[in-house]
Amino acid sequence: MKRRAFIAASVATLAVPRLAWPSAGSGYRRLLLLVELKGGNDGLNTVVPYADPRYYDLRPRLAVRRDEVLQLDGHAGLHPALKPLLRLWQDGQLAIVQGLGYPAPNLSHFRSIEIWDTASRSDQYLGDGWLARAFAARPVPKGFAADGASVGSADLGPLAGTGARAIVLNDPESFLRQARWEGTQGPSPVLANPVGAKRNAALAHILKVEADIVQAASHLGGNTSFRTEFPRGPFGNAVRTAAQLAANEAGVAAIRLSLGGFDTHQNQPGLHQRLLGELAEGVAALQGALLEIGRWDSTLLMTYAEFGRRPQENQSMGTDHGTASAHFVAGGRVRGGLYGEAPRLAGLEGGNLHHSVDFRSLYATVLERWWELDATRTLGGRFAPLELLTQQSEI
Amino acid sequence: MTWKSVERLVLSLMLFAAAGAQAAAQVASMGAEEARHLLARTGFSARPDEIETYAALDRRAAVERILGGVRTIARTAAPEGVNDWTPPYRLRQMSAAERKLFVQEQIERGLALKAWWLSEMLGTDSPLSERMTLFWHNHFTSSLQKVRSARLMYRQNALLRKHALGSYAELLHAVAKDPAMLVYLDSATSRRGQPNENFAREVMELFTLGEGNYGERDIKEAARAFTGWSIDRDGGDFLWRAFAHDDGVKTVFGRTGNFRGEDVIAILLEQSATAEHVVGKLWREFVSPQPEAAALKRIAAGFRASGYQIRAALRELLLSDAFWAPETRGALIKSPVDLVIGTLRQFDIAIADPLPLALVLRNLGQDLLSPPNVKGWPGGDAWITSQTLLARKQFLERLMRVDEARMMTARMEEAMDPQKPMARRVLRAMMEIQFSAGDWVAKFRGRDVPPSMQSVLLATAPANESAVAAQGVDLLRALVADPAYQLK
Repeated sequence: MKRRAFIAASVATLAVPRLAWPSAGSGYRRLLLLVELKGGNDGLNTVVPYADPRYYDLRPRLAVRRDEVLQLDGHAGLHPALKPLLRLWQDGQLAIVQGLGYPAPNLSHFRSIEIWDTASRSDQYLGDGWLARAFAARPVPKGFAADGASVGSADLGPLAGTGARAIVLNDPESFLRQARWEGTQGPSPVLANPVGAKRNAALAHILKVEADIVQAASHLGGNTSFRTEFPRGPFGNAVRTAAQLAANEAGVAAIRLSLGGFDTHQNQPGLHQRLLGELAEGVAALQGALLEIGRWDSTLLMTYAEFGRRPQENQSMGTDHGTASAHFVAGGRVRGGLYGEAPRLAGLEGGNLHHSVDFRSLYATVLERWWELDATRTLGGRFAPLELLTQQSEI
Repeated sequence: MTWKSVERLVLSLMLFAAAGAQAAAQVASMGAEEARHLLARTGFSARPDEIETYAALDRRAAVERILGGVRTIARTAAPEGVNDWTPPYRLRQMSAAERKLFVQEQIERGLALKAWWLSEMLGTDSPLSERMTLFWHNHFTSSLQKVRSARLMYRQNALLRKHALGSYAELLHAVAKDPAMLVYLDSATSRRGQPNENFAREVMELFTLGEGNYGERDIKEAARAFTGWSIDRDGGDFLWRAFAHDDGVKTVFGRTGNFRGEDVIAILLEQSATAEHVVGKLWREFVSPQPEAAALKRIAAGFRASGYQIRAALRELLLSDAFWAPETRGALIKSPVDLVIGTLRQFDIAIADPLPLALVLRNLGQDLLSPPNVKGWPGGDAWITSQTLLARKQFLERLMRVDEARMMTARMEEAMDPQKPMARRVLRAMMEIQFSAGDWVAKFRGRDVPPSMQSVLLATAPANESAVAAQGVDLLRALVADPAYQLK
């Protein structure tokens, strides 16, 4: 018996008191879990083109040795720190999209993440995040605790904008404690007719956040206990919180987690090893926890970052800002395998990789295939979704 | 002339004089609301008596007074041991146990440094100096996490304060070679051959030109010019390493030469985008979230023409129509430092141990000397999320009820895990805060002259209209709890 099937079976016999989630929901009952790799992850040392001699020429000191790579096929392999992801791969539930990027890439952290967060063109400036736009176009049901939650990061990323009811929190229990405590003090925090909200944008923002707090606090329940062990550290805590939110009956449509520190300009090897290890252990724990509550099949997990890194290593044992990169998509309904094109190290432009898959195709996959929404409107153009999910009828 | 007519003449002269004096006063003194606005924007929220003092001045005199009395050296004595230096090679020689101890000491030094800066903010007689030092810290960011030396971060802080209102050109040249910056943006390890582009990119994108005003080739070429800048391992001072420098010909912004780092900085200062980028940031710090294009261009041109005199640019901003426009009041969201330091200063609350405030600020999203990334804290709306808004309100509520809470806090301290000395210290510090809401409110009792409690505490009308109906301490609490208290 595979471990996953074993867990599912044991959960079924354990008479979980609150099994609110059928194995697969529909629409926003399907959870999107984004993991941002802040700083720009080095795609080439994450999904390693170990059979390409150019890779070793470009990275005499930084390359992952061929005998250390976790081989996926004859060309690509994972960094050894990603070992906890291997089981997902073997189960056929890990998709790897190579060459994700966009035309006319911008190498600034801040501009490029803005492009990813707002799903804009390189020369286009949009105010709202792509998820906020999607939720504005097709609202999340009112009974949800929030449209989205950002965990372990101060900003809302793709959830930012007036179109989304979004909360930032560390863990639901302390959020509730604070929100309820706040609710008992003085007048109701949400005002029927606040003065001046229309003329003052800053005040309007504060009042919106207050309303989001009240909404979330009135719908979120207490914590669920998991048998899954979560990794220690901030990312492990964020993963635990994501699992708590996923277990909540009221639910949220999207959760964004962040893992920071990928801007490895110097001394990359040890740092990158640690970060990838944290990522892989966190994802493995998430899978375990979501299987426990029967939500793995109704969850789609996706990594993203502002850019990958330069193929040619620098003299500080690091890599500078680059362009296209590989990312992971995982979930009970994901059709595992390699998508996109392997990095073409022979055809660099200005020292950087060409992209083979537009990142908005990945978003279109979420919007059209996962949530069954109109992606064209939200993304401002037609981007072909990737066929990396199993068909509806297969569940 | 009859006595009666003399009397009438004298009376009319007196009336005329009185009317004249009144007219002059209307032109001259700016009044309490404008004084509150100016003080809150250039420093921290002001006490009622400070507002009264400034209320009697006219705008220009008030602005000159603020710009004139600016400290360039902190008054708070340097934190103990902040100048200690451990060379990197010593670190490598340490045993695992020694290293653990060393790391722990570094964390404590970092915290002590944050507490030191907070003491300065709380006690300074030159709030603008600290506001500008913080502004530059958020512009020329460096972080304790990466620099890992309280000494270098302390020196950078002193450098930012020294030039806070001086010449931006001098500041830029000095920061570029500042050891904490050399570590933070990897210049110290960049060498010819495949130079590290980190500093070259950020100096253009964030420190001078702004995104979109340079090309990738400019960055690559500039990175070559910046090679050779490093730090001395034995003292952590700037060091020129000729052998690491790429002395070939470079082309940056159409200029070709055998450039060094200083030359690239000079070229960046020649670009008109630089002044606009910096003045735009100053505008968003001091005036409003959306700079007015024409005024911005004018002030930026003056800034550049003045040889980048920061004081000159700030004077123009503070005397601009936009700064005094009614819609500018309350248009900015208070940063966590504004909220915490401003509240403590405004209510004249003495803090024996400021270190816990560093933790409060981290909770609110502004961990001093540890900005989230090289772009610094984004500020504005980003300050307020569900998490930080709840934490802000909790901090304020606790402060307003510190008298009532003392007994409860004492019980919490008894029940506290002894393994958490820092949490205990935070609690104790909260217990030691002396503030009586009743005494503060009494200042306003029986006075019908401005400033009113509302005009001292809020930059704009309260969002909760029912708040205004309250009296005394209830009014104080309602005003502080109002969403408008988060604005400045």
